[in-house]
Amino acid sequence: MANSHEVVETAQTASEYVQHHLGFLTYGKHADGTWGFAHSTEEAAEMGFWAINVDSMMISVLLGVLFLGLFRFCISKATSGTPGGLQNFLEIIVEMVQTNVKNTFFGKNDLIGPLALTIFCWIFLMNTMDLIPVDVIPMFAQWVAGDPHLYFKAVPTTDLNITAGFAIGVFILIIFYSIKVKGLGGFLGEFAFHPFGKWAIPLNLLLELPGFFAKFVSLALRLYGNFFAGEVIFLVIGLVGYWQLPMHFGWSVFHILVVTLQAYLFMMLTIVYMNQAHQTTH
Amino acid sequence: MNLNATIIGQLIAFAVFVMFCMKYVWPPITAILEERQKKIAEGLEAAERAQRDLNLAQNKAADELRAAKQQGAELIEQANKRANQIIDEAKDKARVEGQRLIAAAQAEIEMETQRAREALRAQVAAIAVAGAEKILGHAIDQAANEELMNKLAAEL
Repeated sequence: MANSHEVVETAQTASEYVQHHLGFLTYGKHADGTWGFAHSTEEAAEMGFWAINVDSMMISVLLGVLFLGLFRFCISKATSGTPGGLQNFLEIIVEMVQTNVKNTFFGKNDLIGPLALTIFCWIFLMNTMDLIPVDVIPMFAQWVAGDPHLYFKAVPTTDLNITAGFAIGVFILIIFYSIKVKGLGGFLGEFAFHPFGKWAIPLNLLLELPGFFAKFVSLALRLYGNFFAGEVIFLVIGLVGYWQLPMHFGWSVFHILVVTLQAYLFMMLTIVYMNQAHQTTH
Repeated sequence: MNLNATIIGQLIAFAVFVMFCMKYVWPPITAILEERQKKIAEGLEAAERAQRDLNLAQNKAADELRAAKQQGAELIEQANKRANQIIDEAKDKARVEGQRLIAAAQAEIEMETQRAREALRAQVAAIAVAGAEKILGHAIDQAANEELMNKLAAEL
């Protein structure tokens, strides 16, 4: 670690080091019309919308499979008698989710439980990647790819695309269930006729629409912002040589809290928003 | 930071994972949890029932013990009474027997005395005659003093 660190220090400046770590392994269409991986952040930006961050996507899917695989593995030998260690642990998570859903969501919808569980576990796992030292996974990826300048971002929640993907999914569900429960008129009426009645429609829209889209922001940007900032601090700590070890430890310990809290918050906000979507009286 | 198709990829992955979770993860786990809750509730109920049965049995046992003690005490009392009765009877019998023995002995003594007195009376006459003979130096005519002798003997 220390050895490679010196190499990094001599090969690139501190800001280059940080920027390199903030870049993604983007696959898309180059400016000259060929398809391939971007070799710099500028190149990645030039690829436009139809490019994909292979690193975030890969780790995201891997962690999702890990989460579902772990649960399926546990279910395959689960018992309603005395549970073993793993089963006990997973049951605690499921019961926590179940309790929160029961206390916060008053409608009737079988989707909410699995939705909340998936969000909590998946985001928790993604956030936990934060606790792995910042250079380990990128270095491993560079070794596998044989390219010492490969961009690789190990924490999917520091990618706005991933958190926005979650938020859009939840947003679609909010809109779908709002319309399903209240009807299209009822759903739109909530924006137009609330809180000041039908004579103040513009004012109502002005008040209600930002609140509606704030849900999206509070889901996507809060999670992204927290982990992007946390990651940058990890990177800066990674620049200070041997003294990074105690600092890294301190920041990691603090991040254990953030990791759990942010996953929990995302789950709770989702449940709350879904509850609002199912509530007929505003 | 640029948004790109990753957002769509993540959205699809999210949808797939949530559906998988909803179909294959959530139902079995909640079923297991419910089953365990039911089992625990049943177990607690059974324990409560057993406790109630135990209390009943303990009460019954205590009652029976008390009854047995009472019965035992009664038996002992009865036995004591019977024993006293037997002792009293024995005492009475012994007293009666003793008195009978005493009476028999007294009767015998009486008879013996009578007999001795008869014998003595028979001999006194002879002794008196012999004494008088010695005093007088010769034989007294027995026939002449018969009456006198008998009178003497009767006075003894």
